Amino acid sequence: MNNSYLPYFLCLVFFCVGLYGVLRKRNIIKIIIGLVICEYAANLFLVLVGYKMGGRSPLYSPDQSILDMVDPLPQALVLTSIVIGLATTALVVGIAIRIYEKYGTFDITKISKLKG
Amino acid sequence: MLELNILLIFMILGALIALEVKDLLSAVVALGASGLGLCIVFLILKAPDLAITQLVVEILCLIILIRATIKKDLPFSTSGRWVFNTIVSFVFIIIFLYLGYLAIKDLPPFGYPLMRISQFYLDHAKELVRSANLVSSIILNFRAYDTLGEATVLFASVVGVMTVMRKKGRKKLEEKEEDEL
Repeated sequence: MNNSYLPYFLCLVFFCVGLYGVLRKRNIIKIIIGLVICEYAANLFLVLVGYKMGGRSPLYSPDQSILDMVDPLPQALVLTSIVIGLATTALVVGIAIRIYEKYGTFDITKISKLKG
Repeated sequence: MLELNILLIFMILGALIALEVKDLLSAVVALGASGLGLCIVFLILKAPDLAITQLVVEILCLIILIRATIKKDLPFSTSGRWVFNTIVSFVFIIIFLYLGYLAIKDLPPFGYPLMRISQFYLDHAKELVRSANLVSSIILNFRAYDTLGEATVLFASVVGVMTVMRKKGRKKLEEKEEDEL
């Protein structure tokens, strides 16, 4: 593999770790952790795509020697995405806490056996 | 970009530990290590606004998850089709990795982005918006409707959390008030 694609590939592996957690784990909290990892990987990938080699952060300042800036558009959209990620995490954790109060367990196989 | 790769490997290790450790509180703390590593990666990728937001969001996320996991057990059951599930999961992940590898090869190389749309922002944001920070000029001026949608999703989620977490339903409360009267 070409060395310039290595960060993308590591980001993909990071996403797959989260996917493994979502697919394979029985505990609801572990599934939520996998979901959060997937979200981090997606945000990271978008920012990685917008990085410019040797660039500087997208801020105007009076005396600047480096003229190249990194891509500001993915950063602006990921800023939105991070906050939405927190909101969805809070919602999922709220549902998990209610499930624990109702069934007394985080194990999804036992929950499906009880059927309400 | 050696430090970036090292930090990414650190984050992958943190995520693996978070998924495999038995204790739920340790898992949440390992997830926090991974998220704070992401914060430093954003700083290396020259995105200071994102790093600040990620730091705040990560700490809030940890607080929410610790609230959910404190004094809770972790039953580990190997019943059911354990071997079958594991094999299916791994086959799916390997297929996903291969397809992702094929897709990544068609991207522009790391560090040389296509900046067709962003070049307009870079050239004209200074005259049009007069903000020193390009990211805030994009989210609050060029793409303000997107931010409005974000606020809508945020408040919808807050309403959802309040509905789910409410201890007593509204109907029961009204009945109780009638009983007191």
